[in-house]
Amino acid sequence: MSQAELTAAHTAASFNEDSGVDSGLTPEEKRQSKRNLRRRKLIATAFVIPLIVFVLIAFIAPIGTMLYRSVYHPTVAQLIPETLQALQSWDESGNSIPDTATLNVFAKELHYLAKERRSGKLAEEINRGLPGSSSTIKSSARKLKKLDEATLTSEGGEHLLAAKKQWQDVRIWRTMKSSGEIFTDSFYLTATDLTRNEQGEIVARDTNIYIKLFAKSLKIALLITFLTAAIGFPLAYYLATAPAKVANTLMVFVLLPFWTSLLVRTTAWIAILQTNGVVNDFLMALHIISEPIEMLYTQFSTVIAMTHILLPFMILPLYSVMKGIDPSYFRAALSLGAKPLSAFCRIYFPMTLPGLSAGALLVFIISIGYYITPALVGGTDGQMISNIIAFHMQSSNNWELAAALGSILLILITLLYWIYDRLVGVSNIKLG
Amino acid sequence: MQFPKYFNFWHKLGMHSLRLTAWAVLAFLMLPILVIIPLSFNVEPYFSFTEGMLAFDPDAYSLKWYAEIINDDKWILAIKNSFLIGAAATVIATVLGTLAAIGLSRADMPLQRMIMAILLSPMIVPLIITAAGMYFFYTQLGLAGSYLGVIIAHAALGTPFVIITVNAALSGFDYSLVRASLGMGASPSYTFFKVIMPLIRPGVISGSLFAFITSFDEVVVILFLAGPEQRTIPRQMFSGLREQINPTILAVAVLLVVVSALLLLTIEYLRARGERIRTGQIS
Amino acid sequence: MKHLKRFGAALALCTAMSPAMAEQFTAVSFGGAYGAAQQKHMLDPFMEKTGHKILFENYSGGIAELKAQVESGNILWDVVDVEVIDLERACSEGLLEVFPQDTLPPGDDGVAAKDDFIPQALANECGVGNIIWTILYAYNQDTIKGGNPNSIDDFFNTQKFPGKRALRKRPQVNLEWALIADGVPKNEVYDLLSTDEGQARAFAKLDTIKNDLVWFDSWSQVPQLLNDGGAIMAQSANGRIFDAIQKDNKPFEMVWDAHVYDLDVWAVVRGSKKKEVAEEFIRFATGSKPESGMQDVAYGPTRKSAYAYMDDAILPKLPSAHLDEGLKASGEFWADYGESLGEKFNEWLLN
Repeated sequence: MSQAELTAAHTAASFNEDSGVDSGLTPEEKRQSKRNLRRRKLIATAFVIPLIVFVLIAFIAPIGTMLYRSVYHPTVAQLIPETLQALQSWDESGNSIPDTATLNVFAKELHYLAKERRSGKLAEEINRGLPGSSSTIKSSARKLKKLDEATLTSEGGEHLLAAKKQWQDVRIWRTMKSSGEIFTDSFYLTATDLTRNEQGEIVARDTNIYIKLFAKSLKIALLITFLTAAIGFPLAYYLATAPAKVANTLMVFVLLPFWTSLLVRTTAWIAILQTNGVVNDFLMALHIISEPIEMLYTQFSTVIAMTHILLPFMILPLYSVMKGIDPSYFRAALSLGAKPLSAFCRIYFPMTLPGLSAGALLVFIISIGYYITPALVGGTDGQMISNIIAFHMQSSNNWELAAALGSILLILITLLYWIYDRLVGVSNIKLG
Repeated sequence: MQFPKYFNFWHKLGMHSLRLTAWAVLAFLMLPILVIIPLSFNVEPYFSFTEGMLAFDPDAYSLKWYAEIINDDKWILAIKNSFLIGAAATVIATVLGTLAAIGLSRADMPLQRMIMAILLSPMIVPLIITAAGMYFFYTQLGLAGSYLGVIIAHAALGTPFVIITVNAALSGFDYSLVRASLGMGASPSYTFFKVIMPLIRPGVISGSLFAFITSFDEVVVILFLAGPEQRTIPRQMFSGLREQINPTILAVAVLLVVVSALLLLTIEYLRARGERIRTGQIS
Repeated sequence: MKHLKRFGAALALCTAMSPAMAEQFTAVSFGGAYGAAQQKHMLDPFMEKTGHKILFENYSGGIAELKAQVESGNILWDVVDVEVIDLERACSEGLLEVFPQDTLPPGDDGVAAKDDFIPQALANECGVGNIIWTILYAYNQDTIKGGNPNSIDDFFNTQKFPGKRALRKRPQVNLEWALIADGVPKNEVYDLLSTDEGQARAFAKLDTIKNDLVWFDSWSQVPQLLNDGGAIMAQSANGRIFDAIQKDNKPFEMVWDAHVYDLDVWAVVRGSKKKEVAEEFIRFATGSKPESGMQDVAYGPTRKSAYAYMDDAILPKLPSAHLDEGLKASGEFWADYGESLGEKFNEWLLN
């Protein structure tokens, strides 16, 4: 039974005791004891409240903001409110572009956006719905900027159509109308490689990027989990069966990497794996290879560096579970003539499963959202989902898409976290 | 190695190969950290061993990259920032986390399990998500690009570790001691500092060290939230690794390993002490 | 009373001093050898002269970080060194402040600023030209096999010159090179790139070497890549290679064919709280003397008066001596197409 469950059981027990069921107490005593319980609850809560408030503001609210941003997107509505108003009456399922009055309104709004140097923002937004349209908007904006208001009011539409032939295409108007919606699922669609077709139905996009990346991240995380388990298990077993003094000394070698900065460890792997690095030099000195192997900036370097970084998270829970297993079971099986392999598989291994699952889940949870190491050693090939989130936050400035991708990742993590809590209990994470 | 009598050849071979594997894994854990130590004394501005180094030519080694750290304003600022932000975040995380852990350890705490899961979630949610969310939210509050914002963010990331270690220290705690103390007329604060605190101190200190190292090592939130004035050591290393790799980073890395080793030894000492306190070997 | 007087005097002193009060602001440029030259000839003299303090940061170009700061309102930078290829876009999208070019001081020879600066240096309202530089490719004589490459075709010829090639991870310049290597005359490159066919053709050409490409983000990574054998040829800002040859005696060689030359400008980030002092810095940094210091990394000055301070031996090594072989980068084209080609490029990278 996990510690959390024990505590929960304890809570139930003490509640029963306090509520005085069949305890033969007087009503006054019962009331007194209920009051006491309430008071104790209040005191306990009072201790926790400051942190709850702090975490709500400092951590939960930001996460909430991110979730909200993945569906709330008023930018276009703020940039061209009048055009969107005029587009209300336009039938986007037809094949004709909006009427001249609407075009005039848009030409005027685009003119002012260009003057305020905000037309680039509109171009960026529309381009997301209709790739390639940003140049249409930007160069038209540059031309319309020079016209005066009177001309724009009467013949802005004509100038617009003359500026770029793409304005004859209904798709750009459809995109403008749909990007004008303040609450949208479009970022979630993009994040799952879907899109809406002209009839408004949800269909697969031509390019398949994000699902592939999620799949790749899952694959890398699974691989790392497997590797840490495969090499962590023998070491944990060795430590758990070694004499206490030896085990404690060797444990330092597990804990020192654990305590060493992530960036230090990543730096070390760069030094080791680079073209002129330690591994290549070594292999070439031994004449095993004649040309250096490309190891850095690949998926391989991401996997090996992350395996190294996350290994302690596997070893610590395994070790603590193995410590608790009475070695005499295994020995008994052996001394009774069981083959070591079958004794191991049938007797010892099942007993280590709590530690193994705790370690595996933790490693999996941490690795799936990893950012720094893939960013530094992963090249193009070793990038994971976090890296594309960072890319949309920092490079393409598509914050809403980043938020949508982040929300999907968060749902996945929450699910895993919930499983972890059920199986292991969150407060039992081994920190050394 | 001594083997029981019933061990046959295959048993022994199995045990030997187990030992070999275990040592190989230990080497895998330690060697990458050890390898950067000599490289940080490389006289050449690269990350690789030179022939001179392999021949142990003293001229191939130099302390110049360490001198570079001291002479570079950016590194000095980064070091100051790392300690300042780390210390401030640790204080907040330790105070709030310790109180919460005490409250949570009370059996009477309502919704205990759910609250625990929420309070520990900063440790589980991928940093990129936390950082993106904080970027959105803290910018609205005007906290992005400020020391306060970074400190609050790091404090939030550090609290789970304090809760876990203090919670573990409290696992054997007998609350009848508190009742006894209060019952004998001691004030709540006296009871807190004289009864509870001494028993959980090792947990509190190791929790605060965890909170400190969490802040000290954190770079993702810094990347999103900090301005040029709040650059920390990991931030400086990150941009160094992305832009221009030179052994100054290795020299910093070696110094960080030393810091980690010191923190680790402190923690291990405290753990041993805490164990003895809980099992009653120390009065 | 006496105390009060002293207090008043102190107060007066403070007020009198306040215009000259030391401020701290952040300037951002490209680091490496170029950053070092700017530090030495522009930032350090300015700090010494005015007492202001500058935090000097690196970035790797592009407008993303500027955009994030301006759109979120979390302005972290004050002065930024922008490549003209990004300038038109940054300016038209409102990421930079308009710079009052009429406040620029005359050259050291007394010629008014508008006549002293070359016209391109003041062509955009947001910035003031800082250097003339160029993007070319270089190779390492020790690691190259198959002779000495001397044209942009050779960069794309993996048969004759096997090995990794390094390019900066963005569409700019790479697409231009792809078309030129595919036989498009230099003066038609941007017209063709405006069409879907031209873009497809450029990506198709890049496809032919995709497996041999390594990508870098920052110009300062290039010397390391060439030196460590990470790449046998690498796209580079000319100054980085010049510096590695000159200072570290690296066996690098530059190929000037189809180099894409450009200016860098100093500009003020929109919404900067240190706008005045930032402008003061730009006026100083684009003065004749600081400008001439960029010869350390073989970048040309944007003020004619700067030549008086320069070493004649450096002149043939400046991009201005190679204009015939080169192509002028088009900021206007990239302002219009930077967005959509950026997305296409990233999709191409991921596939």
